Amino acid sequence: MSLRSSPLGDSHAESGARFTDFGGWEMPVEFDSIRTEHAAVRESAGKFDVSHMGEIVVSGPDATRLMQRLTTNDVVPLDPGEAHYSAITREDGVMLDDTVVYCLPEDTDGDYLFIPNAGHDEQMADRWRDHATQWDLDATVDNRTTEYGLVALQGPDAPDLLAGETDLALSALGRFEIADGTVAGVDALVATTGYTGEAGYELLCPWDDIETVWDALDCQPCGLGARDTLRLEMGFLLSGQDFHPETEPRNPYEAGIDFVVDLDTEFVGRDVLEGVDVEGPEEELVGLSLIDRGIPRADYEVTTPDGEHLGTVTSGTMSPTLGEPIALAYIPTDYTEHGTKVRVVVRDEPKKARIRATPFLDR
Amino acid sequence: MSFDVPDDLRYLDSHEWVRQADGSATIGISDFAQDELGDVVFVELPSEGDDLTAGEDFGVVESIKAVSDIYAPVSGTVTAVNDDLLDQPELLNEDPYGDGWLLELELTDESDLDDLLSPDEYRDQIE
Repeated sequence: MSLRSSPLGDSHAESGARFTDFGGWEMPVEFDSIRTEHAAVRESAGKFDVSHMGEIVVSGPDATRLMQRLTTNDVVPLDPGEAHYSAITREDGVMLDDTVVYCLPEDTDGDYLFIPNAGHDEQMADRWRDHATQWDLDATVDNRTTEYGLVALQGPDAPDLLAGETDLALSALGRFEIADGTVAGVDALVATTGYTGEAGYELLCPWDDIETVWDALDCQPCGLGARDTLRLEMGFLLSGQDFHPETEPRNPYEAGIDFVVDLDTEFVGRDVLEGVDVEGPEEELVGLSLIDRGIPRADYEVTTPDGEHLGTVTSGTMSPTLGEPIALAYIPTDYTEHGTKVRVVVRDEPKKARIRATPFLDR
Repeated sequence: MSFDVPDDLRYLDSHEWVRQADGSATIGISDFAQDELGDVVFVELPSEGDDLTAGEDFGVVESIKAVSDIYAPVSGTVTAVNDDLLDQPELLNEDPYGDGWLLELELTDESDLDDLLSPDEYRDQIE
């Protein structure tokens, strides 16, 4: 199967980016160096091409009911222009994906927009349509993944940087909001969301116009490499890696995002999750810091100091901001108290590590 | 992009270099290798007195994004280890042929050097 390309693919190639296959898309992984790009976002600003993320628009009289049935958070309180984080679960409570749900501003073409992760757009659009049919709901589901380009502008300088390029009053936008305006003269939905822990925006623009927006944002271009180190410092989940319906089947309680589960709503997987809510999960995703020298990586084993198996690292790296090796791992809840000493097995060598709270970085 | 390939060194196709001087040799990784890896954040090396065998892996270089084994271009006994890399692994990026050297070896057999790539051969490989 050939890889899908971003509308900015040629532009990235000209600027000398390295590419990687991510979720079936050929995307830039590194423009300059991960460290440089990461520091730009923490200290000033960086821009990311995240056009590989899906865009599904749901509209119609029963749009709210359909969203309510298929996502774990309560969409009813969302007013136009508001957004929240949510999970998409199956009957057994296992997460298929995580997503941000936007209640689109008035006068926008559509009622709700949600952003599934790369490569999940067709599957999720089908899931939404099938369920609409099954429950006889009057809603249309429009997969606009290749109609929108998506650029994330992130970092403490992002507000000032974008202010010079948009007609919107950015200061009127709180976190997790979305407004309809222009950026660099291009129609854009401007959302105050992101995946880095910094202030910033996600800019949805017509596929063919996204290059105008990208070029107008005068800051460090960043690839998926820095996006990964930035999100990991915040303890944010990476779909397909920190949870995956087949290889790492986890519910939102295990993954530490039960704050997006509203058991007072009727969503697919609710009844199983109510049981988890009462009993508590058997395992939980925790943060780890290595005390010994070494870098924890995905699939490395986590054990007790005596070598008893506890779990497996799902994500790990050397934190560029902290200069410390950090990781996420699922651990039995008996061992998840912060400060608990464990081992991470790096190339057959048990390395001392301790359980700690996430985010790793105060923001 | 062009990479520095000094003329006074010999190379292994897995991107290690050797600088020979009177029965001893300094080894490291090439400019191309450090660029491919990206920001180096961790280096694991053998200790003084350890024996290396040509062609076998003897340590690990890790960047933020990847783990990479390093291979011995020649056989020998380790006589010095660049301890500066423990605290400053970024030296591998900044100066791969100088301050970013890895080990010094006492060569077991100088004829090992004949099996390595010349600078021109190595340039052909990475172009």
